[in-house]
Amino acid sequence: MNVSDLALYGILPALMLAILLTVARLLRGPSLPDRVVALDLLTTLGIGVIATYAIATGQAAFLDVAIATALISFLGTVAFAYYIERTV
Amino acid sequence: MTDVITAALMIVGAFFMVMAGLGVLRMPDLFLRMSASSKASTLGSGALLLAVAVHFGSVGVTTRAVATIVFLLLTTPIAAHMLGRAGYFVGVKLVETTVIDELAGQYDLRSHRLRSKQPATAPPESDQPQV
Repeated sequence: MNVSDLALYGILPALMLAILLTVARLLRGPSLPDRVVALDLLTTLGIGVIATYAIATGQAAFLDVAIATALISFLGTVAFAYYIERTV
Repeated sequence: MTDVITAALMIVGAFFMVMAGLGVLRMPDLFLRMSASSKASTLGSGALLLAVAVHFGSVGVTTRAVATIVFLLLTTPIAAHMLGRAGYFVGVKLVETTVIDELAGQYDLRSHRLRSKQPATAPPESDQPQV
């Protein structure tokens, strides 16, 4: 069992489990900041999925997508927090 | 040897990612959920990106992975701070077993500034002349 098999059959299902737990909180979340926390965690989990998929396929070019995802996630969370605070 | 390090880093990263998801689902409070998600997800994605850097082992991939890790380390606390502050202003309920809320009454709700003195226990004016 080499590293790409471990990434494909071991790590990616664990990340899928984490994504399912986070989506449950995104659907349940009693308040709006709860859902924003779940969205932020979903994009961070997406960065982990991209990194694992880069190892599984041997394509290092996926890391550029991870950088762009991190940037957009930060901007989205800051914008959400700014407008939530402005509603008071 | 490289494969062993890569596998160990990936397993550690996946473990912390699952812990972050579990904490976000199971914690009773917005702030406890943020405490679970921000720290564990930063550590988990950092370990996975380090695994990528070790696995490919070239200068370009390592530079991009380290840049992503540094960017996550810089931005995740800022996002968590802004979101927690916004949640506190909106009035998200704390969990019932909270012992003390030291921010209660400290924020000025008009200007969104933080004060350091408690207005309720401020000493009365004592320099007025006694009549």
